[in-house]
This record gives sequence, structure tokens and C-alpha cells, in this order.
Amino acid sequence: MKHGDWGGMDVLDLARMQFGVTTVYHFLFVPVTIGLSMLVAILQTMWRATGKTAYLRATKFWGKLFLINIAMGVVTGIVQEFQFGMNWSSYSRFVGDIFGAPLAFEALLAFFLESTFIGIWIFGWDKLKPALHLACIWLVAIGTVASAYFILAANAFMQNPVGYQINETAGRAELTDFGAVLTNPVVLSAFPHTIFASWLTAGVVMIAVSGYHFQQRRDLDVHRPALRLGVLTTLVGGLGTTLSGDALGKVMTSTQPMKMAAAEALYQTTYNAPFSVLTIGSLDGRHGTPIIEIPGLLSYLGTGSFNGEVQGINDLNAQYQTLYGAGDYVPYIPLTYWSFRLMIGFGLLAIAMAVIVWWFTRKGGNPTHRLFWPIAMWMVLTPFLANSAGWIFTEMGRQPWVVFSLLETEVGVSPSVGVRTVAMSLIGFTLVYLMLAVIALKLFLKYAKAGPPSEEDALAGASGPGTDPEKPMAFAY
Amino acid sequence: MELTTIWFLAIAVLFTGYFILEGFDFGVGVLLPVLGRSNRERRAMINTIGPIWDGNEVWVITAGAAMFAAFPHWYASLFSGFYLLLFAILIGLIIRGVAFEYRGKGTTDKWRQGWDLCIFTGSVLAAFFWGVVVANIVRGVPLDANFDYTGSVWQLLNGYALLGGLTTLLLFTTHGAYFLHLKTAGEISERARALGLRLAVATAVPAAAFLIWTQAAYGSGLSLVLIVLCVLSLVAAFLLDYSGRGGLAFASTCATVAFAASGLFAALWPDVLPSTSDPANGLTAVNAAATDKTLGIMTWAAAIFLPIVLLYQGWTYWVFRKRVTVEQIPT
Repeated sequence: MKHGDWGGMDVLDLARMQFGVTTVYHFLFVPVTIGLSMLVAILQTMWRATGKTAYLRATKFWGKLFLINIAMGVVTGIVQEFQFGMNWSSYSRFVGDIFGAPLAFEALLAFFLESTFIGIWIFGWDKLKPALHLACIWLVAIGTVASAYFILAANAFMQNPVGYQINETAGRAELTDFGAVLTNPVVLSAFPHTIFASWLTAGVVMIAVSGYHFQQRRDLDVHRPALRLGVLTTLVGGLGTTLSGDALGKVMTSTQPMKMAAAEALYQTTYNAPFSVLTIGSLDGRHGTPIIEIPGLLSYLGTGSFNGEVQGINDLNAQYQTLYGAGDYVPYIPLTYWSFRLMIGFGLLAIAMAVIVWWFTRKGGNPTHRLFWPIAMWMVLTPFLANSAGWIFTEMGRQPWVVFSLLETEVGVSPSVGVRTVAMSLIGFTLVYLMLAVIALKLFLKYAKAGPPSEEDALAGASGPGTDPEKPMAFAY
Repeated sequence: MELTTIWFLAIAVLFTGYFILEGFDFGVGVLLPVLGRSNRERRAMINTIGPIWDGNEVWVITAGAAMFAAFPHWYASLFSGFYLLLFAILIGLIIRGVAFEYRGKGTTDKWRQGWDLCIFTGSVLAAFFWGVVVANIVRGVPLDANFDYTGSVWQLLNGYALLGGLTTLLLFTTHGAYFLHLKTAGEISERARALGLRLAVATAVPAAAFLIWTQAAYGSGLSLVLIVLCVLSLVAAFLLDYSGRGGLAFASTCATVAFAASGLFAALWPDVLPSTSDPANGLTAVNAAATDKTLGIMTWAAAIFLPIVLLYQGWTYWVFRKRVTVEQIPT
């Protein structure tokens, strides 16, 4: 292995940091894409079903915001696929026989569908019959969901490896049961959890943008239905995220008990384990003193019974040392503890905001307090913080493993890549991503504030193929 | 046929498809500042690939994922060994992809010029470095007993690979010019045609040198046939374009790219990444492969879904078959 360090960090540190930066960044756009593609499809369906131009204007308005977002999701997604090989070549050799197939399925079944039909949808307003054009956006929405399933199935193998055997001669895990890989209990919970969280995210975005126009009291015929749809989506997404998160917690307790213990900073195995809202711990993550606790809640979350046994960090570490040899099998507790709480806390805040907005806008209301809508708008940050915290928890809680119980993260890193190479690409991606973040956000705000197109502009070319070959394109870059 | 052979062919088909389809996308990007004299002309150019570039790009994502699944060692050695080349390609793909979507969403000249630069630079980076990558795969690189690359980035910038990069850059640019001639109308289409003729001649020199070098150093009987067909189709493209047969000329540059890519894969076979340090450390379609179980599942999936993808992507090209004129670009 090429050793050496860069600013005190070695290849492993930098590769992990790069994975964290690029993945969290990519996942800012993914849930919006999953959620908004469906919401745009619903708006367009409402237009087709009722013929109301307000719904068409909403479709075009939200379609544009959706495109600003999806462009970033698409281009940052390619980095994700490449960096397994670039930074994690030993990992790739070890799991390729199992991990590669869901990725290939994702590309073949989902990415082609999304990417091809989004192009047709964007440019096809005046090229296709309206029903066919509507089908295109639904295919995009289906593609995004299918893509989530395959990538989460791949991730589930890292959390809870199933359907494999170890080939000692080849030094790798080999596939024995692809059905088991695709129906891993972790993906069966993580998939609905991710999809519902995406709906929640897109719903909150819709509430925030509509809220701006409620505050301006402009185009409410377009924004009120969107606000209602946003609230409904947030509440359905919120409820689903909570229920699937609960199921995922129980799967996690049985498959990765260390992660559950790390989520609570529970050092000793405990019956009737409490859930702490605040713990003061040492920074090395070796000790913790709970300050505010809800008795029995952790046992309930983990086992479904308030008196259930939740294994503690110290006991699990001792067990793992017997099973896997001498070493330290404890993730970095302050991070797992707080990311778990921030995920739940920000998610609940988002749901609470949706309920409050629903209450004050029902029956045609529009709150006049000067802080109401600004607060609702700033709450748009909550699902993004919750999503990021959730992934940081999922991946950091698995440490020191990259594939739980089979391969440690430090073994997975590319042995042939030098520290300066990874540092260079980390800096490069970070700078490009930062610049694009500023630009994307500015554009999103600009078009969010500009509001929907006029009735005339929205209708132009929306009625399907025309006969005049020289007429301007309905949409052009 | 062995499953490993089938998957070598599948990877070759996916990369070849990618180079044909995104090849002309890259060409359009490279030619943007050359052929587009006004903002509306540049917009007309970008809109010829607007509905399709994203779908075209999925070919490389599929090729990469299929390589990961079917030949884990090939994927691991290649992506970690060719790290900075792929980094350059990724940056190129990122800035040009965002540029297509965002360019039209601002109103100032400075905004558009910035994105035009991104489209041009991104296209040049990707078109050039894909050639460098493929040439180095054929040439081979130093590998250790674990198949890990032991050389430096400078070793990847050798004469043969740089010539390969120049070849793909020029070939994709020519391919893009013929595409633009076919997909636009009026003055800009004529300019694309005139430039396409000159570019075909300019491409022929490095392409011939690169392909002869390939055949001499790494070639097989099959690669010789494909390389000859590649050269012939480039000549045919020139002649067809010269006689005003734009559609057939573009079909010919598609064939040129296809024969070039498949000729390189034929020269590579049965290796997938030869080792120049100790030949025993080289990767072949057999020792780099996944298990037959994984390959079998992948074969079923590809046999069912790749034809479906081809059908709906083909349909996209049918929907957007009309030429894009400068007059149609909304102001």
C-alpha cells in the first residue's frame, strides 16, 4: 500500500471523506427527484382529468423546478458509480460478484427509463399526443423508484450480507441466491423508508415554494392546489417514514445490534432500555451520561416491547472480539448518537410544520402573521438535514465494517492510489460541487419566485403535435 | 459460447454504443464555439441533442456497472489505476451536463458564455480522455500480483495513448459535424457540412497512424478486418457528404466509430487488461470474471431489457427526427 499522508490524513481518511461529501451531496437531489417526478406527474394527470388550466400552469412551474434539480442529480450520480472502483478497488474485488449486479440492473432497468423519458417529456409537449406525453413523466417517476430499490438492495448487502458464500481461494464473496439479495430484510424496510422520506422531502419543498406565493398573494389558483398536494404528500410521507423507520429499527436491532446500541450510546446491555433526548458524553465516545430520558422507548423501538433486551456496546464489542478477532468494533458514538436524533428530530419538525400549515390554510385560509410563511419557508431545510443525518447514521453506524462482519473499511480502500491523487480529486469535486450548489440554488430560487407561466404561455404547444412545421419549439434549451 | 465471452462482447457492445451515441454529443459540444456564430445558432446546435444526450450518457453508466458485475477485477484495476483520467472525464461530464440544462435559464451574455465554455471544455475532456483510457487498456499497464496498477499517471500519458486520445477527439468531432449537418437546416447545416469534410481529412491522419500502430503491436485477424472497415467507412463518409448525402454520411461516421471501437476490443481479446510488467499478472476475460451464476443472471436481464431499451431509445430518435432550425428557436 502506498502510505503517506496529506494534512495528517491518509488515503483511507480522504477516500472516506470523498465518499461522504459526494454521497451526501448527491442525496440532496435524489429525494427531490423521486418525490417531485411523482408530484409533477400527479399535477399533469389532474390537468388531463379536469382540463383546468391552473393545473397545467402548476405542472409547467413545478416541471421547471424539477428539471433544475434533476440535472444536478444526474451528473453527480455518475461519480457514485465510478468511485467504488477508483477509491475502493479492494472492496470492489471482494463484493463485485454480488454488488455489481444490482447496479447493472439499476442502470438497465431504471436509469435508461428515467433519462430517456425525461428527455421526451421536456421536449415533447408539442411532439406527442397529450396522453402519451403524460405517460412519459409517469415512466420517469417509476424509473426513479425502481432505481432506489436496486441501489438500496446493494447497500443492504453492506449492512446485512445475505445470499453469498465466501470463496477462500478467490478471496471474495460469491453470489449464491440473487433472490435473497433482492429481498434482504434491510432493503424491504430501507426502501419504503427512503421512498416515503423522498415524498416528505418533495412535499415540504412544495409547501415552502407555495408558501412564498401565499405570502405574496399571487396566483393562488395555481398555488393553493399545489400547497394542498404538498401538505398531503408530506403527511403521507411522514407517516410512512415513521412506520417504515420503526420496522427498519427492529431489523437493525437483530442484524446490526451494534448500530442500534451506537444510536443510543447504550454501553451496557439493558432491559427496558430508555431513549435519551440528551446525553453528555466524552468526545472519544467511550462514556456517556444521559440527562433526559424516556424510559423503555429504546427497547420498544428495537424489539417492539418496552421490556425487550437491547444489547450494549461493551458486551457487543466483547462478542465481536471473540467472533472476528482482536480489534475495536465500536463506531464513533457521538456521531451515531447525534445523527440518529437529528434524523428523527428534523423529520418530526417537518411533519409538524405540514400539520400547522394545513390547519391555517384549510377552508381557503391564508395566515397574515408576518412570520408565518417565512418560518414555513425556512423549514424547507428540515427534510434535507434529516435525510443527510439518516445516511450518515446508516453508514457511520456500520463502521468499522464496509460489509458488516465480512470486510473492514480500511481493507476495502484502493491499495494502488496515492494520497495526493485522492486529495486532488476530493478538492476538485468539492470545489465544483460548491460552485454548482450556489448556481443551482440561485436558479431554483429565481424560478420559484418567478411563479407559474401565464395561461397563454402554458397552453402554447401543450395540446400535442401541430401541423405547422415552422412554429417555434414548445421548449428549447 | 462461454459466459465470459458473452460478457466480453456485451461490454464491447455497451462501450461501442456509448461512443457512437455520446460521440456525436461530444462533437456537438466541441463544435459549439466554432460553428455557432450567434446565440440562436448555438441554441439550435444544443437543441439537436437536447432530448437525447441524457439517455445517451446512460450507456456508459450501464457499461461501467456491467463491468463491475461481470468482471469485478477489470473494473477494480481499471478504475483505481486510471484514477486521474476518469476524474478528468467525470469533471467534464458534470460541467457539460449541467450546462445543457442551465444555459438557457439565464439571460446575460456572461452567463451563456460561461456555460458555453463548460460545454466545450467538458466535451473536449471527455472525448480526449476516453481515447486515452481505451488505448491504455489495449496497450496494457504494469500490474502486480493482486492486479493492482503499479505505475504513475504519467505512464498513462504515453505516445500511443495520447495518439488514441487525439483520434477519439477528432473522430467524435467529425461525427458531431455530420450529425449537425443532418439535424440542422440552412446556413448552419451547410457550415457543418463544409467543416465535416475538412475534419474527416484531419481525422484520417492520426486515426490511420493510431489504428496501424494498434494492428501492428496488438492486432489479430479480426481486428485487421474491423480496422480496414473503419478506414473505409471514414472514406465513405467523406465521399457521401461530398455528394450531399447527409443521412448516409452520418450513418457512415456511426460505422467508423463502431468499427474503431470494436476493432480495439478485438485487438484486446482475450485479455481485458494486459500487464506490461509481468504478463502473468494480466487480466483476461476468464480470470477477471464474476461467477457463472452472476453472469447467467446478468445474461437473462440483458437479453430481456437491452432490446426494450433499444426500442424506446430508437423511438425517441423517431419523435425528434425533424431538423432543428434557427427560426424555430423561441426568442
